[in-house]
Amino acid sequence: MSNVLLETKGLARSFGGVHAVRDVSFHVPTESIKAVIGPNGAGKTTLFNLIAGTLAPHRGEVIYRGQAITGHKPHAVAALGIARTFQTTKLFPHMTVLENVMMGRHTRTRSGFLAGMLNLPGTWREHRQTEAKAHNILADLGLAAYAGETACNLSFGRQRLVEFARALATEPSLLLLDEPAAGLNIYETQELSQLILRIRATGITCLVVEHDMSLVMNISDEVVVLDQGQKIAEGPPAQIQRHPEVIRVYLGDEHG
Amino acid sequence: MMRLRMYYPVFAAAALIVVLHLVLALFGATYYMTQITMSAYYALVVIGLCLLMGYAGQASLGHAGFFAIGGYASAVLTTYNLNPFRDTALIARCQALGLTMQWQDIYGTDILSFAPWVACVAALLLTGLVALVIGASVIQLKGHYLAMATLGFGLIVYRIALGTPVLGRADGVSNVPSFHLLAGLQVNGRAPFRVQNYYIAWAVVLVAMVLALNLVHSRVGRAMRSIHENEEAAHSLGVNTYRYKLAVFILSAIFAAIGGVLLTHYNGSIGPSEVTVMKSVRYVAIVAVGGMANLWGALVMGIVLNFLSLRGVFGSFDDAVFGAILIAIMIFAPQGLLRVPRLQALTALLRRNP
Repeated sequence: MSNVLLETKGLARSFGGVHAVRDVSFHVPTESIKAVIGPNGAGKTTLFNLIAGTLAPHRGEVIYRGQAITGHKPHAVAALGIARTFQTTKLFPHMTVLENVMMGRHTRTRSGFLAGMLNLPGTWREHRQTEAKAHNILADLGLAAYAGETACNLSFGRQRLVEFARALATEPSLLLLDEPAAGLNIYETQELSQLILRIRATGITCLVVEHDMSLVMNISDEVVVLDQGQKIAEGPPAQIQRHPEVIRVYLGDEHG
Repeated sequence: MMRLRMYYPVFAAAALIVVLHLVLALFGATYYMTQITMSAYYALVVIGLCLLMGYAGQASLGHAGFFAIGGYASAVLTTYNLNPFRDTALIARCQALGLTMQWQDIYGTDILSFAPWVACVAALLLTGLVALVIGASVIQLKGHYLAMATLGFGLIVYRIALGTPVLGRADGVSNVPSFHLLAGLQVNGRAPFRVQNYYIAWAVVLVAMVLALNLVHSRVGRAMRSIHENEEAAHSLGVNTYRYKLAVFILSAIFAAIGGVLLTHYNGSIGPSEVTVMKSVRYVAIVAVGGMANLWGALVMGIVLNFLSLRGVFGSFDDAVFGAILIAIMIFAPQGLLRVPRLQALTALLRRNP
């Protein structure tokens, strides 16, 4: 099981009487791209929030690198090398693009309150290293020209890219992408596919929650299908496309 | 070092302070220094609140409470007469360790009290502890819920000050001795000490400014601002948002308490008027008018508005003026005066030709 990076076991969470996620178990192999798909309200984002620590599950376990991280707070999950993006891009709107990406280095840097107030030489050195690192990542994603721009002034597509840059700055082992193609056009979606493949090539495992079928089918190694909070299918994309239950859920009964 | 640029305004401020002294001396108006000194101590509260409210985005309507805890603690510890207990083991021990001082008040009474530096340390520790306890329970509240909870805290401190005999009830604590610092300097409001106290107060304020400026430009400052901008995103990037907010809350409380301690020694007294809700509102109004996340704006407004208030310019409408300022800022310039477009063009011009 050493090649399993993340595993969920019987994960369940309900809101009032609604079972948003019930008894979902799957695993994400190291350096793979795994997708979670399903119709609206299938529980995809809830599942994500359970893994990232934003929500605590009512039942079940989240296991990362063989250790239970169930119910860990988001900052603790982040410290373990799990980064995420959000369905609706959540940048720090009035900070510069550079500062946004520098925030990604938070778990990788140390300086505390006292060191910060006294501006000790070590603190200053760390600051410059963080800045250099952030510039590198921005250059890598073709955002170098926007480093000094206030984040909220960027176009929607670029803001999404900055969020990627910020997540990558954490040097994650696992990247959780919550509907990364939402709101992007066909060309932007294609570029996104290339980007995700490039990220995986650097050794980062990706778990993608997605609506856009073309994206999912093109890049993922395996797909988990959720419907009404339950896993109804799991397997490689080609197999999922032919799965009768999946076709029924997505296209309606008469096609099944 | 590019970083040195951040301190240029500090040098400019230091020069301006000296120039102001010379101008006042030239016109024989050094008595203004008294109110400037007092304003500087109030500005410490504003600098701390600016970190909490402007940068970390957490409102507090209870900062007069922290100012007062610092001031009252220092006042009581330096005026409470320990002579009746001087032979008890504890007090004898304190005397042997040099934690006490022997002095005479204006009526010629012999007083044995704690030394001001002991009182100061104790006052800051007490404030930190209270801020920890209050903050730990309320800081996870958001927006106006936090504002209301801190307002409640301020009210409690006010009623305690009004109702506790040892705190002097409505009269407060007076006869607070001067605070001897090193090399003959002392925090003392009497006229012969006016000039040195002007510089002592400004030195404290500028040190506080440098610490605060360093902080907001550091990793921690970035994390503070990120909490303000989007708490969920900050949390997901590994910022322990609860701990950061609590730490800034305590830090800003201690800034307020330092102002309280020093102003109490300077004035020689403290009373419940320092703990009213309107005092807390005043600090919030000053941070808002200074531009929220703008330490220099907060400092300038803190000095100017407190100075005018202390000179009695607003007359009996003092509190009303600060209320009106708050309303006006919220309607016309929620980003603060310095972000009003016409003024922004001016500051951009200044930045280009430093």
